[in-house]
Amino acid sequence: MYTEKVMDHFTNPRNVGEIPDADAVGEVGNMKCGDIMKLYLKITDDGVIEDVKFKTFGCGAAIATSSMSTELIKGKTVEECLKLTNSAIAEALDGLPPVKMHCSVLAEEALKSALLDYKKRTGKDIPISEEDLKGDDDHHDHDHDCEE
Amino acid sequence: MRKIYLDHGATTPMRNEVIDAMVTIYREEFGNPSSIHQFGRSAKKQLEDARAKVAKAIGADAKEIIFTGSGTEADNIAILGTARMKAKQGKGKHIITTTIEHHAVLDTCKLLEKEGFEVTYLPVDEHGILAVQSVQDALRDDTILVTIMHANNEIGSVQPIAEIGQLLKNHPAVFHTDAVQTVGKLAVDVNELAVDLLAISAHKIYGPKGVGALYVRKGIRVEPLMIGGGQERKIRPSTENLAGIVGLAVAIDLAVSELATESKRLEGLRDKLIHELLTKVPETKLNGHPVHRLPHNANISFEYIEGESLILSMDMKGIAVSSGSACTSGSLDPSHVLMAMGLCHQTAHGSLRMTLGKDTTEEDIDYVIAELQTIVARLREMSPVWEQYIKSKA
Repeated sequence: MYTEKVMDHFTNPRNVGEIPDADAVGEVGNMKCGDIMKLYLKITDDGVIEDVKFKTFGCGAAIATSSMSTELIKGKTVEECLKLTNSAIAEALDGLPPVKMHCSVLAEEALKSALLDYKKRTGKDIPISEEDLKGDDDHHDHDHDCEE
Repeated sequence: MRKIYLDHGATTPMRNEVIDAMVTIYREEFGNPSSIHQFGRSAKKQLEDARAKVAKAIGADAKEIIFTGSGTEADNIAILGTARMKAKQGKGKHIITTTIEHHAVLDTCKLLEKEGFEVTYLPVDEHGILAVQSVQDALRDDTILVTIMHANNEIGSVQPIAEIGQLLKNHPAVFHTDAVQTVGKLAVDVNELAVDLLAISAHKIYGPKGVGALYVRKGIRVEPLMIGGGQERKIRPSTENLAGIVGLAVAIDLAVSELATESKRLEGLRDKLIHELLTKVPETKLNGHPVHRLPHNANISFEYIEGESLILSMDMKGIAVSSGSACTSGSLDPSHVLMAMGLCHQTAHGSLRMTLGKDTTEEDIDYVIAELQTIVARLREMSPVWEQYIKSKA
């Protein structure tokens, strides 16, 4: 079901934790869908992500995408982070099962949520708005694979 | 790595006795039971011997056993076959079931709703138990079928089937029970339960996959779902899966003969597992009835973490379990059973079903308890919901 990279990031997630004096915090997801991601960013004055931590309540894919997204953004500029897509996160994990693609969407949204928080805190001109944070429940596949 | 299988509710490993009996059939009894020559007659004898064994295991007559391709098929034949037959006879179109049935029953009822039947879905209490009175209250003159599972596959709660059976003795509705999880685990007697139809599956009791049986009480008429042959009392055509059927017969025979001692042993291990987890792991909750539950089933919710992460983490330690049921493992929805019992989404998402079996030892249970404590602590450490909870307590 999951690739080796997904299992590796699930088993040994990178950058787990929180940053008490974070410059930005993003939290997305809801209990109904069973996934909640919280992302903490430490950003330098010239807009580089110098530290990132996450906490995730969710499935193996949710934890792995959170972990991978932190790897992908560390050291990048805010502008570069804004270009990170869920597809890029999924690709970096060598793919996700279709039913789990929404986890990569959540990881992308957690990042956007944090960057929006950064924009609000600093007043910097960052091309991101509430509109970029629309939830998408359509990613959820509700098929059953029954026993008996 | 140590391997511990605690997913017997999903399926069980075949017993050597079952495999040996099936191999003998494959090697020596290739005749078609419907053929009249010696090869066919010999196969027919094996078939009828198996039918007698299955019947004996549930207190039925051999003529009341129909072999099917699975427990799901048995449920489908029972529900669709009864409903369509009764409707044809103009007896009514009302069906009663519960909200916590297996999808083999729920989806079949939903199909019948599309065909114009009316289905009443009865709720259960916080332990997943149905009140007998609710069946009484839902009964109508046009109720043709009542279908209620004997025990739930996810939470293990055992329903008061015998009491409901007694209640229905004064009503013409046909009474069906999905006993896939109970045959071989609990004492099942169709007369004591007072049921008209009862579904059985072989692979839940160390038999082969792809074989089931349906008990059809004498006098109950069921419309077939398939046509093309007169096998299985014209209710279920197809050349019989003789090896599988013999496997089912051997499996059910062994399960019933060992039931008393094995159930007691499993109950001891189950209770230890439940008690120690609830004691040693904070913020845990037992799902299902504390007493009226299957002897091998422990379903526990671990708050603030998610079930699939638990399953994957345990799998890496060699422990096989499931979250809610195999049904929910391919879905993002929380278990319909847990939600029907009133659990919130968070608690339902963190549920774990551990189903013990004949090879489960006390050392296995000790290992599972120890590993689970570490796994739960690790997952909670990275859970923002746990973090929120801890901060709210501070």
